[in-house]
Amino acid sequence: MNSIELMPDPKQAHVVSQWPADRPLISCRFDPQGKYVFCGAEDAGISRFSLADGTRTAFVGGHSTWVKSLAFTKDGGHLISGGYDGKLIWWETAAATPVPIRSIAAHGTSWIRSLELSPDGSLLASAGNDSRVRLWNPADGSLLQEFSGHEKHVWSVTFDPSGRFIATGDLGGIVKEWEIATGKEIRSCDGKELWSYNGGQQVDFGGVRALSVSRDGKLLAAGGLYKASNPLGAVHEPLVLLFNWESGAIEKKLIAEGITQGVVWRLRWLADGSLMAVDGGGNGGYLFFWKPDTEKDYHRFQLPNIARDMDVHPDGIQVATVHHDRHVRITRLAAKSS
Amino acid sequence: MSLRYPCRSTEHGIARRQFLGNLAAGAGAMVGGLGVFNTPALASMLKSDQKRIVVFNMHGGLSQLESWDPKPGTETGGPFLSIPTSVPGIHVSELLPMTAQQMHHLCLIRGVNTSEDDHGKGAYLMMTGRRQTPAADYPQIGAVAAKALSVADSGLPGHILITPGGGGGRGNDSAWLGPKYSSVQLGNGNPPPNIVRPDAITEQSDAARQEFRRKVSERFLNRRRTAVTEAFTYSFEQAEKLMVQKDVFDVSKEPGSEHERYGTHDLGRHCLLARRLLENGISFVQLSHSNYDTHNENFDFHIEQLGEFDRAFSTFVADLADRGMLESTLIVVLSEFGRTPNVNLYYGRDHWSKAWSVCTAGCRMPRGAVFGATNANGTEVVEHQVDHGNLFHTYLQAVGVDSTGNFSIDGRDMPIADPSSKPIEGLLV
Repeated sequence: MNSIELMPDPKQAHVVSQWPADRPLISCRFDPQGKYVFCGAEDAGISRFSLADGTRTAFVGGHSTWVKSLAFTKDGGHLISGGYDGKLIWWETAAATPVPIRSIAAHGTSWIRSLELSPDGSLLASAGNDSRVRLWNPADGSLLQEFSGHEKHVWSVTFDPSGRFIATGDLGGIVKEWEIATGKEIRSCDGKELWSYNGGQQVDFGGVRALSVSRDGKLLAAGGLYKASNPLGAVHEPLVLLFNWESGAIEKKLIAEGITQGVVWRLRWLADGSLMAVDGGGNGGYLFFWKPDTEKDYHRFQLPNIARDMDVHPDGIQVATVHHDRHVRITRLAAKSS
Repeated sequence: MSLRYPCRSTEHGIARRQFLGNLAAGAGAMVGGLGVFNTPALASMLKSDQKRIVVFNMHGGLSQLESWDPKPGTETGGPFLSIPTSVPGIHVSELLPMTAQQMHHLCLIRGVNTSEDDHGKGAYLMMTGRRQTPAADYPQIGAVAAKALSVADSGLPGHILITPGGGGGRGNDSAWLGPKYSSVQLGNGNPPPNIVRPDAITEQSDAARQEFRRKVSERFLNRRRTAVTEAFTYSFEQAEKLMVQKDVFDVSKEPGSEHERYGTHDLGRHCLLARRLLENGISFVQLSHSNYDTHNENFDFHIEQLGEFDRAFSTFVADLADRGMLESTLIVVLSEFGRTPNVNLYYGRDHWSKAWSVCTAGCRMPRGAVFGATNANGTEVVEHQVDHGNLFHTYLQAVGVDSTGNFSIDGRDMPIADPSSKPIEGLLV
């Protein structure tokens, strides 16, 4: 049964649970029923943690390398994992002894970096290092649409709330909007402040690492990093570009003052209208909270360790974060007594 | 020149001297044809006994785990898989699919332990075969190769560095071998600066200037002959010869299809230039590919960098093999060190010199071979451990130089390689 979404109070954020894994963790998602949090790690396995008691169940035997992307069917019955082996694999979410149900070579041997289910649950979008974006039928794994036009690795994908469009972001800071029905590119927006080429080190760096459309569909948040003075040495600052999604123009640049080493790994809009980001870098791990009309965060919550991914529970106030110290943590955006 | 590294260390190894900086002003114009070997058949006409060395310097420290010694599925292996190669049983990282198909030409030395995690010191010992000390400076492998392998009076420098960017000039990397063997640096693969006589100087007036310079120099040298003054005179004479053969350095003379094969990026162009230089009999060419000092997001950066390297390097190896040049050309792919088996907080790998790899090919190196081994997690060498001294000796032995011998410098015997070290036993064929 789905949870009722509650109003969060970010200023009351506090960690309520933490559970260990075998390896540093890199990805996490709550299942739609809100019973579990699933985590990918620096290995080929997926861990399912029961929110009730932290019991851990391993999902192994599917991928041959790290799993950075996780999504679920609308009813929550199946987990779909996207690996750096280019595969999409279906699993029974609540299985006592999970085994792969279906495996698809969705992006050849290129990394899958992002997965997202459409609002009505009928489409699964995947994006990866082959610079392609594809739509799949989550019920049977059939390919429904392909979007081609990015020139660099595609880091992120998200759906418009209407379900008619998707937005994708690549390593070069390009954000594209595509029409699902036709597969056509509608427009390309310039988020190049999230990218840099360092001539001294001769590397491309940055990219649109996170995308999230506001609940009213008016704003698109694109997260990543900027001021990359030393890409190979992890010296860069977190940045979110807020696009007016009607005009495609950048309306606001959201920053985290004082954070000189960090990157935004994921963005979520909360029920109170706040935009929440998870950040990790030399300054540690943080949850940042912005109002869309103010460039500086109105609140930040420091996590115990550098963070790499985040998800919001269907109840709207539990936040899962995964960390290099091999722990998944649950933070509540509510007063301790609530 | 000082090079900045992402870890904020500084390498102070190369102080460039601009011997060729005023090349056009000092050299006379001459006319003449070129002996550019543009076809495999012509390339094979190079003297079979003339050996050459080409070094790929993977600047910053290539990860052995993402290249020559993958450990997929282990705690230290990272996200990449290994792939089979053209030699059954030998696997390399999936980031090197094209190179994997050239494995039958290559020899991977997987047991390198240099015990030096500093960029500058690591680079020094890999290039000289000796540990850096305040008491002495030693010639780099390119200078040694230029002295030991160059054909007399070829008219071309024996020691070329193709650098990723910046201007050209002359290196200070020959130590007691003298400036004659210092590198000529081709900034971003461009020809030496001022290689074309300015239009404002007529051929006749330039010839007169050169004649006057020669007379003055001869008079000066009769009374004050030193290695430096000789090098000064040599640099002018070499400049004259370079101007005659300037097309050797012009990679744009290569067909567009060749550029496509090597990749339309700087490294591809540099590799094609290296092939051209070697075909013209230059004894030593070094290329740099930057940057592998991936303390942050090691895996993403290795995708990007090795994507360039794989195409350019594999094409280069295949071309040398096709042209019969692998018999006479030693290829070495090295760094100042490898990278840590441990993956750090930022998905990065740090400096690691205890257990890493060097890739070689050609001359007396065995083909399709792996020498040495690391343990399951790649943290230690467990078989056939070698260091920089062993490698330096071995490179020279592979091209027929007795590395245990001496150069006679101003009447003094100077060991060609570290006399306290020796070639790798049981490797060369």
